[in-house]
This record gives sequence, structure tokens and C-alpha cells, in this order.
Amino acid sequence: MSGSYDILIVGIGGQGTILASNILGEACLIENRHIRGAETHGMAQRGGSVESHIRIDGEFGPMIPPGHADLLISFDLLEAHRYSYFLKNDGKMVVNSHLVLPTSVYTQKLTAPLEVEIIAALKKHPLCLLDADSLAIETGSPLSANVVMLGAASNVMPLNPESLLDAVKRLVPKKTVEINVKAFETGRKAGGKF
Amino acid sequence: MERKYLLGNEAIAHACIESGVDFVSGYPGTPSSEVIDTLRTRPDRTAYIEWSVNEKVALENALAAAWCGVRALCTMKHVGLNVAADPLMTSAYTGVTGGLVIMSADDPFAHSSQNEQDSRCYAHFARVPCLDPASVQEAHDMIPEAFLLSEELGLPVIFRPTTRICHSKGDVELGPAVTSTRKGEFHKNPRQYVVIPAHTRILHKKLNEKQPVIRKRLVEKGFNRFDVRGKTAIIASGIAASYVRELLPPGVSFMKIGAYPIDEAWLGDFVKKHEKVLVIEELAPEVEETVRQVAGCVPVFGKKNGYSPYEGELSPAAVAAMMEKAGFLKNNPFPQVSHVQDLPPRPPILCAGCLHRGAYFAIKKVFKDAIYPSDIGCYTLGLQLGVVDTCICMGASITVASGIAHSGDPRDVVCTIGDATFLHTGIQGLMNAVYNNANMTVVILDNRITAMTGHQPNPNTGATACGVETPAVSLDAICRACGVTFVETVDPYDITGTVNVLQEAKKRKGVKVVIARQMCVISARRAGVKRGRYMVDTEACTGCGTCVRFGCPAIEFSDEKACINDLCSGCSVCAQLCPVGAIGREGKK
Repeated sequence: MSGSYDILIVGIGGQGTILASNILGEACLIENRHIRGAETHGMAQRGGSVESHIRIDGEFGPMIPPGHADLLISFDLLEAHRYSYFLKNDGKMVVNSHLVLPTSVYTQKLTAPLEVEIIAALKKHPLCLLDADSLAIETGSPLSANVVMLGAASNVMPLNPESLLDAVKRLVPKKTVEINVKAFETGRKAGGKF
Repeated sequence: MERKYLLGNEAIAHACIESGVDFVSGYPGTPSSEVIDTLRTRPDRTAYIEWSVNEKVALENALAAAWCGVRALCTMKHVGLNVAADPLMTSAYTGVTGGLVIMSADDPFAHSSQNEQDSRCYAHFARVPCLDPASVQEAHDMIPEAFLLSEELGLPVIFRPTTRICHSKGDVELGPAVTSTRKGEFHKNPRQYVVIPAHTRILHKKLNEKQPVIRKRLVEKGFNRFDVRGKTAIIASGIAASYVRELLPPGVSFMKIGAYPIDEAWLGDFVKKHEKVLVIEELAPEVEETVRQVAGCVPVFGKKNGYSPYEGELSPAAVAAMMEKAGFLKNNPFPQVSHVQDLPPRPPILCAGCLHRGAYFAIKKVFKDAIYPSDIGCYTLGLQLGVVDTCICMGASITVASGIAHSGDPRDVVCTIGDATFLHTGIQGLMNAVYNNANMTVVILDNRITAMTGHQPNPNTGATACGVETPAVSLDAICRACGVTFVETVDPYDITGTVNVLQEAKKRKGVKVVIARQMCVISARRAGVKRGRYMVDTEACTGCGTCVRFGCPAIEFSDEKACINDLCSGCSVCAQLCPVGAIGREGKK
């Protein structure tokens, strides 16, 4: 059996799940550890729900079996609910409290669960719920919400926060390094231990 | 040696640079596109790189380069190999001098494809070697070997990664980049390059004589290998081999297949050392059929007796279930889990401000009870808007439209096709429709780019793969040259103008072409085009829902009123649709 630490990052196409995956990959390289990942490209990017599998210390396939993830990082409240079956019983969650209703709710008149209902369901797992969008705006750019989320998750991931911060500095556009470092630290503080 | 965290396709591209590739051609298609995208955007590129107009064109170009003795790579998705099948089959006869690697990326589960065909069957059919990697690192490591093998055997080599290789990531050991010093030179040899019957019969015999050599070399190269550990064995290929390794219990032998054709004698020796064998592979039973040929009385578990599916992709959980069913695994570590039910789905949709949504709206308004054949691209998502009735393969919107028009159905036929798809294989269908006097309307959805696969330029863009300026083709002139007399270009953001032109087209007989031209909204954003956002005047909004039914993800509805979110790109179409004029540009009354 694989001894990997399995993280599933989910969200909506365009929210920056791929950059988040790359930052985790770079941090593993810094720590000289193996990593495997898999992500959604192509047709699935167009505003659809996207998932990125990451297996720290993974040496085999990139796919996390359902029920085996150690951590779920979700950039959207509804997507956290949708993908929660990937978590182990004691798996943890870092979730952005922002909820974007799918267009299908308006065009096909489908009903979505209420925010309070989703949050109650998510609480079966150790949960870190934070308003990453607002925190990102406070740090100077709404585009840094993904790094805020990683900062919050850094409290529980088996990676050194210094390696993660180094990875952030290496991978974000040069002009935005300062904002993203602040975003990471803001997220880390907001997340805390859980 | 350098270690990087790379996408499978990036690792494959890097391996091509390590192999000193000289010539690269291909047609974009998920999951293959990032190989050429990586190569063409490297500042230190030295190879000749082109996006070709289709896969047949790409392969013929690459084949010619390999005939000139240089190393050529040709990339496409699995269904692209159907388009390139004509040159593929005979390129096995002519062979090559320089290495020719044909990357045909398969898509089990059809994540972004119209079918789940298996490129290994093409390699079998053409009688050329096929390499099938199990991981990102192996995909990288196979590329230099593929070029060497192609040169040694004088044959094209098919390299067949799947979605879970191309779009997987891993830490990959990379080698140094190599700058080639090869210069292409064509040596005339009609017996090899002119496949008239007298020549081709001899070439076919030579190809057949190469087969035992191929099988032997693939074993020697170590692509196919095994480890005897007990009385039972699992044989696996591709990404499934990685899933099996994660689960392999002690005492079970393991054979990993990474290349075809498989040497039967070598395989038979392994199989006969065991009391039972389980074969695990995605899609076609390519390995299993060979195993069954050599197994004698050793029981084989696989697709043919219901232990493994013919369709879809495998996963660690699916592989565990198979191993458990065949008695290779006692405790399945991946039991069934339950999903949250009844959540509203979030499928991919056309972007906010996508030109196609306006064009589709106008088509539906003018041609209410029509048949709408469509094609392959972002605009296939028009299915959700009720304006896509058929989609089968690249270019087939126009041909399906003319087929329906000639079949006797009295309804109007209006087909949609993107600019890149039209140039790929649409033109022949248009010429055919005009030549045979079909009555139909063709709407070319022209966003000047191949958007769905990641914004690759095409002959309509005005730039090559490497960004060099080039004359842009005129879609209008092509259509007129095919014999179409009604060719009109419209702006799909202008609903009234588009509707008027479509109404004019509806009145006329014959083949009519309407070119709906507007920049892809993603390209426009990247190019810095800024249009003001729109907003709803909630006082004026009657809550009629006209704008919501338009299906734009920027339009939401709450408390019986519409509202526009920050996805709005300012296309203005919703403002044109609102019956009470409640939508206007932000900051203006």
C-alpha cells in the first residue's frame, strides 16, 4: 500500500487549482520528496467543476482512491460537499466559504442546498472554513485566494511552511510575489490548528 | 540531471528536446496538445515546429522530414489518428531514415473525446511498434528510445500515452537538452518512396520480415519485463500497471507490458510458470489476446470472461475490485463509498461573453423548427442551449447537414462549425454540398483561434505556432471559391444584425454561409480588450427570466430579479435581449 499523503484540491475552472498543485509539487522538490498528481484539462475547464489529485511521497499512480484522501482543499463551498466522499473518515477539510451557484440552478431551475446545510454536513470532518476571497482582497489581490487557501492548509500538511513559501515565491508572477507571500501568511494565520 | 515537477506532456516535450528532435508537427487535441505548446513556446527552441491544418497533413509532413533523415515528432489525439490513418498505413511500408515518433494520445473514459478507441490497435493494424508508458517518468524515458528504435528498425513508432499520463504530474528526472546538428537531405529512391504496385508488394514483404525483429528488440530494450514471485501472476499495461503496483500482494508475480508487439515465446514462458493469470489493461484486450494465444491450459482472467471492462478508464479502486473478484486480493483496501446525492451539476459551459452563445441565440430565433448538425469545439457545448443535434467527428457538421438536406426531411438544416474545424476537414464537405446542390445554411463560428484545446493558432489567426506573422486565410474567399454565392460576415454580439442576415439566408435556396466573427473572449481578455461590465436596474427588472434563459454564467437570479456577477465581460447581448431595457452598461443610465 502507498504511504502517500493524499490531497484533493477542487474548485471551479479558472480558480487557480493548477497553480496550487504546482506550488505543492515545487515544495516537494525543495524537500527532495516524490510527488504524483493528476488534473482536469481541456473541455472540463470551461467553468466546470475541476479536481486536482496530489499524492505527497507518492510513487505509484496519480489517482487518489475515493475514501482515501487525507485532506480536501476546496475553493468553493458546494464543490467541497460534492467531493467530500474522497476523504478518509478522519480526513480534514480546508474550505473557502464562498459559494458560486452553478448556472444549472438558474437555467434548469434546480435547487442547491443552503449554505448552513452544507456547512453542517462538512462538519463531520475536522473543518477549517475561511472566507478566502475577502482575505485575498485584503492582501491586495482577489487573484491570490488560492494562495490564501494553501496558507490555511499549511497548518496540517506534512510539508515545511518555509518550503511552501519558497515554492510560492518561485511560481507566482514576479510582480505579485509580495502580495502572494502576504496572502500565504494571512491564510496560515486565519487557518490555525484544527 | 535535473528534477522537476512536470505535467506528463511537458515531460514528453522535454524528452523530445533531449533527443534533439528536428521537426515537429501536429494538430491540437486533448490530451495531446501541451507537447507542442511546450515546445513552441520555449525561447531556446531550435527545431522546426508547426501546427498543421489536420492530422493527415501533419503526419505526411513529419514523414517527409523523416525521409530526409532528420528526427520528427508528430502529435495528435487518438481520433486524429483516424484522419492520419491513410499515410500511417503506407508509411510502415516505405519506412523512415530519421526517427519518426507518432504520438497518439488515448482518452479512456472519453474525458474530452467522441469515443474511446485504442491506438494500440492501429499499431497492430499498421504493423509498427507501439510504446505504452505507465507513468510520467516512463513516458519521458521512452521518447529517446522511441527515436532510436525508429531509426534502428526503419519504421515509424507509435507512442501512446493516455489522459492519465498526459495530464498527470510527477517529479521527473530530466536529461540535458540536445541541439541537433542534422541537416535534412532527400535521397531519391523510387523503390522505397513511390508505392506503385510493383514496389509496394516488395515493401509489404519486408515489413512482415521485420516483425520478429521488432518483438525481440522490445524485450531486449526492457519495455516488457517481469518479476516471478509466486504461482499466480498479474500482467498489466499502461497506467493500470502503476495501479497494480500500488496493490500487488506478496507472492504474486508481475509482468509489465510497455511495448507491442509482444514476443509470444517470451510471454508463453512466463505464463506457463503460473497456475492462473489476471490481465489488467484499459480499453481493447490487446495484451489479453496475446496472453490467450500462448496460455495453453493456464486459466486467464480478463475482459473476455467478464473480469475487466472493455470501456472506461481504470482506477486504483477498479483494479482492486478486479483483483479481489479473480482471487488475487483478500482484503480490498478501497471499499465502496457513498456520494452526496442530488447536488446541482456544474458541467463545463460556454464562457460569459462567448460569441457562440449570441450566434446560437440568433440561429434559434430565426430557424425555430430546424435541424442543427454541429461539430467539435467549445461550441459543442451549445447542446445545453438546444442547438446541437449531431456531432460525430471533425468536419462532419457540413456533411451531415447535406446528407439530411438530401434525405427528404422538409425542415431547414442549419449547421455550425468552428473556424479551425472548417479548415481541418470542413472545406471538402462544403464543396461537396455546393456541387450537389444541397439546400442548407452553414454558420462558421469564427473566433480566429483553436480555443477549446488551449488557444493554438491556425491558418485563420495570422500567426504560426511559433508566433511568426503569416498571411491569414480568407474564410469568405474559400467559401466563394467553393461556389457559395451567399457568404455574409456578421458580429454575433449584434443580435439584430445577425438575425437579419440569417433571415435573408433562410429565404434563399442552395448553400448559404454566414460567418459569425468575434474574438474568443479568453483571447480578448489576454489581449487587454476591456469592455465595461453590465448591470441590472432592479427597479426596471420585471423578473421575466429572458436573460437567465440565455444561459450566461454571469447572469444570476435572486429574489425574483436578475443580477449580473463579476464574470461579465461586457458583450452586451443580454442588454439587447431584455424586453424592458433593464440592463445597461455599468455607470451609465
